[in-house]
Amino acid sequence: MKLRPVAAITLRQLYLMRSSPTRVLPMIAWVAVDIILWGFISRYLNSVTSSGINFISSLLGAVLFWDFFTRVMQGVTMAFFEDVWSRNFINVFATPLLISEYLAGLVLTGVATSLVGLIVMLLLATWLFGLPFFSMGLLLLPFLLVLFLFGIGLGVLASAMVLRLGPASEWLVWPIPALLSPFVGVFYPLSTLPAWMRNVGHLLPPSYVFENMRSVVAGHGYSSRGLLIAIALALLDILLAACLFTYVYRYAVRSGLLARYSAESAS
Amino acid sequence: MASDDALRAEGLRKQYGSTVAVDGISFGVRVGEIVGLLGPNGAGKTTTINMVLGVLQPSAGTIRIEGIDLARQRSLALAHTNFSAVYATLPGNLTVYQNLRFFSLLYNMPSGSSRIDELLNEFDLLRLRNTRSGLLSSGEQTRLALAKALLNRPRLLLLDEPTASLDPSAADLIRSRIRAMASRGACGILWTSHNMYEVEETCDRVLFLSRGRILLEGDPKTLPPAHGAASLEELFIRLAREPLAPAVDGRAAVR
Repeated sequence: MKLRPVAAITLRQLYLMRSSPTRVLPMIAWVAVDIILWGFISRYLNSVTSSGINFISSLLGAVLFWDFFTRVMQGVTMAFFEDVWSRNFINVFATPLLISEYLAGLVLTGVATSLVGLIVMLLLATWLFGLPFFSMGLLLLPFLLVLFLFGIGLGVLASAMVLRLGPASEWLVWPIPALLSPFVGVFYPLSTLPAWMRNVGHLLPPSYVFENMRSVVAGHGYSSRGLLIAIALALLDILLAACLFTYVYRYAVRSGLLARYSAESAS
Repeated sequence: MASDDALRAEGLRKQYGSTVAVDGISFGVRVGEIVGLLGPNGAGKTTTINMVLGVLQPSAGTIRIEGIDLARQRSLALAHTNFSAVYATLPGNLTVYQNLRFFSLLYNMPSGSSRIDELLNEFDLLRLRNTRSGLLSSGEQTRLALAKALLNRPRLLLLDEPTASLDPSAADLIRSRIRAMASRGACGILWTSHNMYEVEETCDRVLFLSRGRILLEGDPKTLPPAHGAASLEELFIRLAREPLAPAVDGRAAVR
């Protein structure tokens, strides 16, 4: 794998952001709105309940983690959508670029854009609502790592889906995090769910992050076994998503879909 | 592996279901040669070019670029190739410089390369360096596409209607530059155009494609009289309208 082609994909996104504030604003605006909204809800719940639960840590912390995962996924897909929107596939894929380099470029872009969102969220949640985010110490690293890896996997999966189904299928991508959220227990323990939903949740890496986060906030420690399972599942997801993207790409080259991509059909 | 052939296609075929877009054609482009790929709409020209660019997999046949098998060593083969096509415009939301920088990195060119400045100068794009390419006139976009096509000093250059949007003076200039490039042995060029005057003036050899088959091949200056036509355009019209005779060795006979 060569570095320059990987850097090209990320550099293109940086060029676009530099020249267009409308691309930068959504990276900041939506996460800021989420943190402010859920920050006040958490503060209100702290003031009216005597359950002993610190909602700033458990609820606002969960929102922050979930938004981070969503930003990683969207960072990957947005970089891919640039080629969809500018009908650039022939130009890009008629170069020596390897699929692995293209995917690495999408991931690098996802890293860069999601870190911007994470920093904004941390600043707002800490300064405005006193979220003791760093009180989790080094545990933050595996938590963020799992969400980061799973976000990459889903981003690549979503890109493969749009490559296969055509530009009109873009709208299918945006609700994916919302569809997953009931199963991973962002705001409640998995034990709340019926058995079948719990079983699905155990296959999704973020569920281990949120279970462990709640346990740590409640002072019960964490499950290193659970986190290892989560990391393994997330890596498996990335591997499967990369294989699917490669398979769809090869299909697109074989069937003529790539060369005629602007035609919005899923033939 | 060095080779006299910039491009060698053997038995190239593309079939979509029961529709045969390209029907087992074989042809080559030598380094220093400009080959015109002619034919009516739907003849299989773009399909052929897409296969050579690696964005469309042939149903059968092989493509070698500089002797490198495209199917086996795609990345290496495409490092020697570039193209400009009217149907593949460069991203309009990047500036002229950003587009060239983006594609130079995709071709793994070093960041300190002066190649971009050379090409900006050569194609009179210096004053448009920081203009978004979507805001350029169609002629300026064509010049940018040509600059991009020469970024990696390709040994095989595919040009699909490269002068379609240019005024006669600019088109003449571009033809002269491309002609000079081929003459000094920099690359082999596969050129598609519907402008028969341009083809006659620029190409060393032409291939007439019809219904996915090569109907006729030869020197664009001697082919018309040899087939009783007054001009290449007249020959083109006649070939485009006449039905194909049964194929002989993958190459159709002309009536």
